Amino acid sequence: MPFVSQIAHDSAIQTATGLQAGLKNFARASFGRLLDLLPGLIALVGAFLVSAFILLTLDADPIKAFSAMWSGAFGNENATANTLTKATPILFVAIGITVAFRGGVINIGGEGQMITGALAGSAITLSLGDELGFWVIPLALLAAFLAGGFFGAIAGFLKAQFDVNEILSTIMLNQVAVQLMNYLLNGPMLDPTKVGTNHVPETARIVDAAKIPRFRLPLADHLLFDRTSLHWGLILAVLMAVVIYIFMWKTTFGFRIRAVGYKERAARYAGINVKQQMVLSMFLAGGLSGLAGIVQVLGLTYRLKTDGSPAGFTGNAGFNGIVVALFGGLTPLGAIPASVFFGGLLVGAQKMQREIQGASSLITSINGIIVVFVVASQIFILRRARRRVGGEIDAQTILPTEETNA
Amino acid sequence: MLEDIITASVFASTIRLATPYIFASLGEMFSQRSGVLNLGVDGVMLLGAFFGFYVVYITESLILGVIAALIIGALMGLATAFISVTLKAEQGISGIGIYLFGLGMSELLYKELVGTPRTVAGFPSVDLPILSDLPWLGEIFFQHNLLVYLAFALVPISYFILNYTTIGLQIRAVGQHPDAADAMGVSVTRIRYLTVTLGGTLSGLAGAALSIALLKVFQQNMTAGRGFIAVALVYFGGWRPYGVLGGAILFSFVNALQLQADVIGFELFGWQIPAEFSNLLPALITIIVLVFASKRKEKPTALTKPFERGE
Repeated sequence: MPFVSQIAHDSAIQTATGLQAGLKNFARASFGRLLDLLPGLIALVGAFLVSAFILLTLDADPIKAFSAMWSGAFGNENATANTLTKATPILFVAIGITVAFRGGVINIGGEGQMITGALAGSAITLSLGDELGFWVIPLALLAAFLAGGFFGAIAGFLKAQFDVNEILSTIMLNQVAVQLMNYLLNGPMLDPTKVGTNHVPETARIVDAAKIPRFRLPLADHLLFDRTSLHWGLILAVLMAVVIYIFMWKTTFGFRIRAVGYKERAARYAGINVKQQMVLSMFLAGGLSGLAGIVQVLGLTYRLKTDGSPAGFTGNAGFNGIVVALFGGLTPLGAIPASVFFGGLLVGAQKMQREIQGASSLITSINGIIVVFVVASQIFILRRARRRVGGEIDAQTILPTEETNA
Repeated sequence: MLEDIITASVFASTIRLATPYIFASLGEMFSQRSGVLNLGVDGVMLLGAFFGFYVVYITESLILGVIAALIIGALMGLATAFISVTLKAEQGISGIGIYLFGLGMSELLYKELVGTPRTVAGFPSVDLPILSDLPWLGEIFFQHNLLVYLAFALVPISYFILNYTTIGLQIRAVGQHPDAADAMGVSVTRIRYLTVTLGGTLSGLAGAALSIALLKVFQQNMTAGRGFIAVALVYFGGWRPYGVLGGAILFSFVNALQLQADVIGFELFGWQIPAEFSNLLPALITIIVLVFASKRKEKPTALTKPFERGE
């Protein structure tokens, strides 16, 4: 996979320069960092040009549409809070996808992992919430992490053991999870007061003590984000981004995962259990998506509910997380601003509805365009990086490299 | 119980429902045989379904609808080829981009141009003379619309092209040993553009088969993941046309059983099986199929690997 290994390539440049703190190398490292951002920027410009063209074809004014979107996303305190709330689950998913990607596994299963995480976490909260009160929250988070992680690990295991394409298996597992949720929320987990009535699939409300508190920022003159739905889940997501960054780049556990994604065969020669690492990276990715699911329940909706459609509960956060991860240069820290940006796109789209009916569908297709642009622009950076640093990297990295035709 | 399920009408709808799978999987098979994994099939199917439906809705001409679906499919195929062959983008993730684009764009155009659910006349059934009068078999095989016959006819045609023509040999060579093919003067790029565009075209047709032949409506995300199953069918079918056909029939049989279950309900040992369980069957079977197809030797060795000359 040229794409994944290229990114590992860039970060290898950065790691190597840490050893020889020369000014020249520092400049080179900064250049590498800029290169990480470049595909995102190219993608952004490309995507906006294409969508402006689409808007024009549909007789809508692109300037009006985009400015409506901007004010809908960041125009006032409430809009910003909505954007940040929207960004929260997407950020969790994106961090996970970053881990999987760095481990050489493409995780399209964010949707299903969110669902299984939310199911497990909700079940714990509903059954133990009365007894444990606030302390049910960490327990629910743990349950969601394990359930999502297990669901992700299935795809990792199938890839490691049977060479099953993980994109196909995770997409299929998404469908399995949706049906599982529909079954549970219409049956065993249905709100007891709704049994026998005409209802949407939903659980009972969680107890007040189990709700993740709302997030308020005290400023000099007023309380920022007062009366908005923003909750501490966002802070938890940002913390996880930092934790995962340290785990992936500052510990040997993370190094092993990245080594597998960088050069699988080389990692195997170096004595790393490649299969184990694949399952592990998918477990972590799934676990983080599981957190996305339960945080949505405990922080925002206060009950697990869906309309029965595939995105009924997740709101496509599992897919948006892929776009955010790519856009953030496949680093957990880069995913933070990227998730806020995409949260803004999604919230702003609601205001854009005045200009164009299917604004939210437009965002879906823009997402697609961005993914394609980000991945396609890798080639130019790859060529450039090869010309610039070519042989030097090989000498400096710990792992031997052999350029395969890939 | 069993007599309620195994009826001629279930087999007939098995044959009908196989149509989109056959079109999409055959296209994907050509693309994979030349070394390109195209995961955007579902998105291209949705675009084909919408454009086919919309043109029929406006012009009331089925032929124009099919042509529209073919054209949009070919254009998306060309775009896919440009992304994965010329730009050498990672094929798995760029395919997801194409899928998202098709998903969003078909929804957007539907909301903007159609708005409320409409139905179109769609392809009528054509009873083949004499054959359709056969008891049992007639109903199952010979009372379908033209696209169904076309899909089944494409299987032997694909088999012939792949195994007995120069272009077929070139496709297989490019997927198996691109360096050798290149050295022999076969343009890897040209062949891959050809197969990926063909794949897109057939995906567009698969979408139209759904929207103007099978269901006669367009709905958002109406493929419901059939495009991804179509990709899995290529693995299942061992990259061979008849294998792909077998896989398509297996899945359409499951779909037909689901439809039947929705009508009469499913009962197993006195336990009413919830609809959700029959709904997740195709996904579950796909995963199992992929596990068993994984160790196949027929997998093109250059699959997902962009071609670089002289390395």
